[in-house]
Amino acid sequence: MSEDAAAYRVARGTAASRYGALVAVAGLAVLISLPFWGGRADMRTIVEIAYYLALAQLWNLLAGYAGLVSVGQQAFLGLGGYALFVFAIHAGVHPLAAIPLAGIAAALFAVPTAFIVFRLRGAYFAIGTWVVAEVYMLSFAQISALGGGSGISLPAAVVKGIAAGRMWRETTIYWTGLAIAVGAIALVYLLLRSRHGLALTAIRDSEEASGSLGVDNFRTKIWVYIVAAFGTGMVGALVFLTKLRISPEAGFNVIDWTANVIFIVVIGGIGTIEGPIVGVIVFFVLRELLADFGSWYLIVLGAAAVLMMLRAPQGIWGLIAERFDLRFFPVQRRLVFDPASFSFVAETQEEDKRKP
Amino acid sequence: MSAAPETVLETADLTAFYGDFQALFGIDLHVGRGETVAIIGANGAGKSTFLRSVVGQLPSEREQVTFEGEPIGHLPAHEIVRRGIALVPEGRLLFPSLSVEENLRLGAYGKRAGPWRIERVHELFPVLRERRATPGTRLSGGEQQMCAIGRALMSNPTLLLCDELSLGLAPVIIRQLYAVLPVIVSEGTTVVVVEQDINQALSVADRVYCFQEGRVSLQGRPDELSREDVATAYFGV
Amino acid sequence: MEWLDAIIQGVLLGGLYALFATGLSLIFGVMRLVNIAHGDLIVLAAFLGLAMVNGTGVHPLISLIVIVPVMAGIGYALQRGILNLTLGRDILPPLLVTFGLSIIIQNVLLEVFSADTQRLKAGALETASIAIGEQIAIGWFPLIVFLSAVGVIAILQLVLFRTRLGTAFRATSDDHETAALMGIDNRHVFALAMALALAVVALAGTFMAIRTNFSPAIGPARLLYAFEAVIIGGLGSLWGTLAGGVILGVAQAIGAKFHPGGQILAGHVAFLIVLVLRPNGLFPRTRDR
Repeated sequence: MSEDAAAYRVARGTAASRYGALVAVAGLAVLISLPFWGGRADMRTIVEIAYYLALAQLWNLLAGYAGLVSVGQQAFLGLGGYALFVFAIHAGVHPLAAIPLAGIAAALFAVPTAFIVFRLRGAYFAIGTWVVAEVYMLSFAQISALGGGSGISLPAAVVKGIAAGRMWRETTIYWTGLAIAVGAIALVYLLLRSRHGLALTAIRDSEEASGSLGVDNFRTKIWVYIVAAFGTGMVGALVFLTKLRISPEAGFNVIDWTANVIFIVVIGGIGTIEGPIVGVIVFFVLRELLADFGSWYLIVLGAAAVLMMLRAPQGIWGLIAERFDLRFFPVQRRLVFDPASFSFVAETQEEDKRKP
Repeated sequence: MSAAPETVLETADLTAFYGDFQALFGIDLHVGRGETVAIIGANGAGKSTFLRSVVGQLPSEREQVTFEGEPIGHLPAHEIVRRGIALVPEGRLLFPSLSVEENLRLGAYGKRAGPWRIERVHELFPVLRERRATPGTRLSGGEQQMCAIGRALMSNPTLLLCDELSLGLAPVIIRQLYAVLPVIVSEGTTVVVVEQDINQALSVADRVYCFQEGRVSLQGRPDELSREDVATAYFGV
Repeated sequence: MEWLDAIIQGVLLGGLYALFATGLSLIFGVMRLVNIAHGDLIVLAAFLGLAMVNGTGVHPLISLIVIVPVMAGIGYALQRGILNLTLGRDILPPLLVTFGLSIIIQNVLLEVFSADTQRLKAGALETASIAIGEQIAIGWFPLIVFLSAVGVIAILQLVLFRTRLGTAFRATSDDHETAALMGIDNRHVFALAMALALAVVALAGTFMAIRTNFSPAIGPARLLYAFEAVIIGGLGSLWGTLAGGVILGVAQAIGAKFHPGGQILAGHVAFLIVLVLRPNGLFPRTRDR
């Protein structure tokens, strides 16, 4: 028995994940070098893709893994954005250094927010988070030091302080955007591979069962909520560093920062790391195609998400993964038969080698 | 269809699954009009699963279940019930938001004609009249079972399926419940009872099926079956 | 006196919020569905009323004869065609599908009616009022809205507790599998519940359109008011929902007195306070589910 058992090991890597990692590293190298050969419009688009990708990863962490369907993540995006302006204008912090500080500020706000919204369950949690985001929006509209309802711009002196020269400023912001997207993916990936990852997957698969297995759902969920707020706050700072102007309406916008993100995740595939990546590509392609059709673009996006949820709730990535058995981010632990340590039947080894 | 007794319910090679787990393996069973048939078997033999398949709570193929000559295997539960099959479910499953009387009246939701009206049910179980305004789930176990039977009768079923009437009840209550079965049968209702309590089942049944691990392991009239046969069919060898 | 006036106006406004909330409360009660598109459906009803009033010249209250059944029909079709497919143990599908519907409705209204703010003209009814004392006047129209809310809830209570359909609603809410054993077609019953909810939404939307300016974008805010009224009142209690609407209306009226921009914020804050102090609402249903 013990010899048989030795033939199995718990594995997570897949062939796809190893090739995928190579391709990803190569792709990232190309993206990093883009400022030296690409256009400025490309850089701006890629920064936008990067921050949507980060937001999608973070929302997916909440909804897809922790079962926390938030419709109020715009709260933390706006808070992060405003934090950037407060730190940079009123405290004289370098805008780049203000980005992580904005994340921390959002996380601090997430603590009392969680205290309130965690009193609501499931669908009511969703709407509760939305109410809180509205409260933040209405409150910031009352703060005249931050421009009240009409908002505030980043002074030219602060903008110039980012880096010397326009090219370097844009390149710095571009690289920061890439770093945040990669960082968000890495954060979710590492979190899921950690001990907490098992707990999260357990929560996703069965709330009741994992509760009875001793997984402390409540604490895990609160932590996930705070971590997501941290990440979303950083993205918020980045977003408004590229826009150079923030208003309550723009900072706490439910369509821009939550609806679009939800559509990206649902269309791409909820509950996987690959899904949001696929979704963000689909999102930007659709946006390009429908650029001249005004609000039809949101109608099409909404309809696509509704259809996806009804017909293929696993999303585009789910369909692909099912068909080809692909996994680029192996967070699942799989039981693998290891013929090398199987001492019993030699033929099995031979057969195994013949299989692709 | 044979002449006498006319077949009310017939299952042909009936299978049932819970996900990947197969619970029934080709059940062939028939129930004649006016008969009382008992299905016995150990825990997990597939008795309740069988009833749930017949009423459409578990999916089956069109031809696997025939009721009064019509295939019904593909129909959803509410349509099957409206055709005249009623189930007294395991655990009674009264509606907690509804009073005893509302529970009973809801049984008549499909508006089938027949002998059973609320007055008749009250006659059969007078306690249900006394406690008509109480929420269904505040009744004692035995009273809940009476209410569940009454609720099923209110639909004036051609075929009444009873799942584990005796479960968790005191012997005196069980006798009381089983005493009403002949009254129900005398109104022309065909009855199938599922029971773990073999003696109780054999005492009321015209015919008996014994299930074992999702298959029919024995069938016959109670007087034709020896204790040894039943024990073997029930427990396996 | 000024404060008393604010409170009275707040109570009457609360009637409108109760009408927003009733449909949401009903469908949650029957099928545990939280419809994020609820506010946008209110706005849709308002625009249907606008189209009809502009097209035919009838009084907005007369247009209800058409708008109420039309919205009920939309509700039935929406439930049968889409929402029934999302019901199950997982909360994600209904949430995300209704969220998608919300965005779709908003943007279709935007394409058809533009982003301009609109108003339903109700003639003399808009300004008619009863003077009470020197400083307080109660508008006839807000009073009609409030009394309609009371009437609608009374009728729904009767439907729920005195009719065959109401018994089916409650049974399905308890246990839909066993309800099917009673011959109840859950898909049909759910669709009827949504039809009933959207009939109330038609009333609420038309009243809202007479009372205030509206545009395609205001749906989500109405959803939040409705939601807050339901939670403040306590889940599963329609009279509680009325009380929740009134509390929300009064909080907003008092907030507006303190600060011109404080009306909506005060309503949200009142909701959050209730949520922190009494997470089950002020009038929760005692029976456990």
